[in-house]
Amino acid sequence: MSELTLNIIRLGILALLWAFVFSVVGALRGDLYGTRVLTRSGGRPERGAGRAPRAARRGPQTLAVVAGSLRGTTVPLNEAGLLIGRNPECSLVLTDDYASGRHLRLYLGPDGVWYADDLDSTNGTFINNQRIGTGHRLEVGTQIRIGQTVLELQR
Amino acid sequence: MTTITTFRPRTGRTTELILLVFAIGIVMLAYVNVGLAVRGEVPANLLTTGGIFLAVTVGFHLVLRWRARYADPLLLPIATLLNGLGLVMILRLDYAAGREMGSLVAGRQVMWSALGIILAAVVLFVIRDHRVLRRYTYIAMVAGFVLLLMPMLPLIGHEENGSRLWIRIAGFSFQPGEVAKIALTVFFAGYLVATRDALSLVGRRFLGLQLPRGRDLGPILAAWGLSIMILVAQRDLGSSLLFFGLFVAMLYVATERVSWIIIGLSLFCAGAYVAFRLFAHVQTRVNLWLDPFDPTASSDQVAKGLMGMGHGGLFGTGLGEGFPHLTYFANSDYIFASFAEELGLIGVFAMLMLYALLVERGLRTAIGAREGFGKLLAAGLAFSIGLQIFVVVGGLTRVIPLTGLTTPFLSAGGSSLIANWIIVALLLRISDHARRPVAERVTDEVQPAVGATAPQPGGGR
Repeated sequence: MSELTLNIIRLGILALLWAFVFSVVGALRGDLYGTRVLTRSGGRPERGAGRAPRAARRGPQTLAVVAGSLRGTTVPLNEAGLLIGRNPECSLVLTDDYASGRHLRLYLGPDGVWYADDLDSTNGTFINNQRIGTGHRLEVGTQIRIGQTVLELQR
Repeated sequence: MTTITTFRPRTGRTTELILLVFAIGIVMLAYVNVGLAVRGEVPANLLTTGGIFLAVTVGFHLVLRWRARYADPLLLPIATLLNGLGLVMILRLDYAAGREMGSLVAGRQVMWSALGIILAAVVLFVIRDHRVLRRYTYIAMVAGFVLLLMPMLPLIGHEENGSRLWIRIAGFSFQPGEVAKIALTVFFAGYLVATRDALSLVGRRFLGLQLPRGRDLGPILAAWGLSIMILVAQRDLGSSLLFFGLFVAMLYVATERVSWIIIGLSLFCAGAYVAFRLFAHVQTRVNLWLDPFDPTASSDQVAKGLMGMGHGGLFGTGLGEGFPHLTYFANSDYIFASFAEELGLIGVFAMLMLYALLVERGLRTAIGAREGFGKLLAAGLAFSIGLQIFVVVGGLTRVIPLTGLTTPFLSAGGSSLIANWIIVALLLRISDHARRPVAERVTDEVQPAVGATAPQPGGGR
């Protein structure tokens, strides 16, 4: 086989190897843009937004940890609800010694308002220093305290 | 008015398929190149080989679509490309050694590759959620130690080239240390996730460093003792370095305390120095590292490897046109030097980039994982690949003394290949869990979320 063909193949392999590297890098650039900023007027509507009740869309969007070892963590809220506790299967896994395995459940009521259920936790869940039971109504900004951790619904 | 919405994770499965076909295309081109350069003809079985390779990897891709839809889309193509390039190079060295059909090392390696991919698929099937592994923390520890010590047993233990690393049962030899690496990573992750608070918070501050309590030093001393034992009993510098480095790195990831790295490094330096003074085989390695071109040196492997890499230059000699087979273990320990000769600096840097990207995907998975165990496991697995590459490439380029570790996915040898495919499967499983959108993972965790208990507005207990 001619020298020329071999040389073309040899350089072709090098070029293709780098092309592969760059396509991989291109595919992972999403890591750099973890959040996407949308303008609400004329922007692309969020996928699946139509399914949520109107009230929910105007209501809280995230659950934020405002105090405790997980401070700064946010979890997006959706209609399926959230389970909070120390058990690793929870949606928000607390590292708080005062939290129970399955401690608190948040869910969206049919009226579009969020409710909290304390799941018979050992040390309790407190809102305004009152221990809550099940079906406690939550507003945006209500501070929910579990041990050292304070949670808050945010828009 | 702007709102910030979280980026909806695409599954990326189509990207994966495209990259997979691309990777196999590169491997086939390399195969053609070897055939043309060595035999002067396009390999007759090119289409069947390519077809089988495509079928196996696309099969794995379909398993991912079915069982781990949100798994990272880049791990599989990268691993496939590296594995395929390794196969081509091993075949090329078979030709150079005059081996013919039936006794090809590459033939066996193809079987091991297929087995590795199938095992990876099985791992994805069996382990639906990586968190079950946490239950087996201490079993993993025992399994890891037993696997590590197996080559020391009489009858099945087997010594090759001065290192006692293999077991041989019924004609098959296997390097259990490779699988031990995975078991010990599981153990380290499970152990550290449970004890990290004690390891990171307790202790005194000294010179800006948080020093741990004396009793918390136990685990790191045990890991150190184990790696020293491997070094002494099995004369394997490479895995000794790998295990200790892995433990220290995971300790750092778990605790975020720089003091552990400093303690680990000083322990390692002390151990390495004592080993250097006491053991002749360590001295040999260090002398070869310091002066590989010494005419009285006990081995010219390092020197030959360096000459080969120099011969390759920037663009390489081209596959099949260099002389990598003149170096010992050109298809296992020294396969990276073989690539450096035939693909040149440019090609070898592309391969290092592939490894870097593989490690990056693993660490990215660790960042995305929501619970401590998955984080530590992914970080540990990714780090073990990275450290192994560093030890191998650093050894043959004379950054550190040469130690006999396998190059992940490239080296001839079944145990290493299988272990690395299992690592990829575990990373895929963890990344699937980490990248799955909240909506889909909550539904299977909180069953009676909506409507099951009718809320009483304003009511409480």
